[in-house]
Amino acid sequence: MMIKKLNNMISRKSMILIAFVSITAYVIANSFSNKTYMPIKIEQIGNSTSVQQKKDSITSVKAYMKVHAVLQHPRCMNCHPSGDIPLQGEDSHLHAMLPKRGVDGKGLYAMKCNSCHQPTNTPGLHTPPGNPNWHLPPADMKMVFQGKSPSELAKQLLNPATNNHKNHEQLIEHVSHDKLVIGGWNPGEGRELPPGTHKEFVENFKTWLATGAYIPSEKIKADKK
Amino acid sequence: MRKQQLFTYYIITKVSFVNNNYYMITLKVNEKAYEIDASIDMPLLWALRDLVGLTGTKFGCGVAQCGACTVHLDGEAVRSCVTKVERAVGKNITTIEGLSLDNDHPLQKAWLEFDVPQCGYCQSGQIMSAAVLLRENPSPTDQDIDDAMAGNICRCGTYPRIRAAIHQAAKTLKNK
Repeated sequence: MMIKKLNNMISRKSMILIAFVSITAYVIANSFSNKTYMPIKIEQIGNSTSVQQKKDSITSVKAYMKVHAVLQHPRCMNCHPSGDIPLQGEDSHLHAMLPKRGVDGKGLYAMKCNSCHQPTNTPGLHTPPGNPNWHLPPADMKMVFQGKSPSELAKQLLNPATNNHKNHEQLIEHVSHDKLVIGGWNPGEGRELPPGTHKEFVENFKTWLATGAYIPSEKIKADKK
Repeated sequence: MRKQQLFTYYIITKVSFVNNNYYMITLKVNEKAYEIDASIDMPLLWALRDLVGLTGTKFGCGVAQCGACTVHLDGEAVRSCVTKVERAVGKNITTIEGLSLDNDHPLQKAWLEFDVPQCGYCQSGQIMSAAVLLRENPSPTDQDIDDAMAGNICRCGTYPRIRAAIHQAAKTLKNK
């Protein structure tokens, strides 16, 4: 009789213990999981898009780091060089023929971007990729990505004085619909794609801004390939 | 006989249907209109050389890397080997044959004066690029010339004479 009671008590205690351990493990696992993004609530007000979400520095910086990985990819960075000559290839070497930015970002004299870059991709391996409005950022707003740390680039993107006078809504509009941005995922034969899809890039960009547009610490370095 | 004719018509209709990218296209080249039957995807270079019959523009690399095929579209230099005919429709196309009426463009004169060409293959592209440079910058420095001409490759290495001839043409244009 006594042994039966003791057995019952032990099994009840162990059940409670197992339940407690399971709940704790679930909570811990969830807090470390990468799936911490909350859905963003976007409200269309007239022509502007208002993005509302609770401020959350961890979610914000995590999302930004994914954005940063895209912006530092050759498909994006090659046209945001630190000098006045665009870059080329997966190793981001200087563009063959050394075309220059020019005042409006569209090249100089007989070396304008659309002298070779057509409105659509030219067929064939490593032939000039196409876009109807191929250009670098203009000379008075160079928007350099090359060599920028996550912190430096995030600050640059958020500052209208260095991001071509864009507010958050305009930044989202730009990354969502600009044909050159979208063209990064259709770069022509023989070129790598940026990490993730364009849709994921836009979602991460929105999450970064919506959760407070936090700037990563100076100590955070971008992931290397 | 009638059956044969019908069969021929059938084949022609079939071919036209299959090649539905082919159109009668009007190209305005050197101030003159040319009607050509071409695919809109055809490189402008082939339309100019094979269909219009202007062979001054040369095929070099075929992938916009050498500049030998440079022509003007509404005054802007383009590499005709990668430019589709579709892009040129409705625009003023200028080839080396149309740069001047009597080969008397200051650049052409300077090219003769400095005896620039060696084999000559790249030179029509060189002159077409230089013409855009001088239109936008009538007094180019050496650096300006390098910036404008870096996309035109010369296997004979006539670059010093090209530079000298451009400076000479700039002087001629200034004194006009």
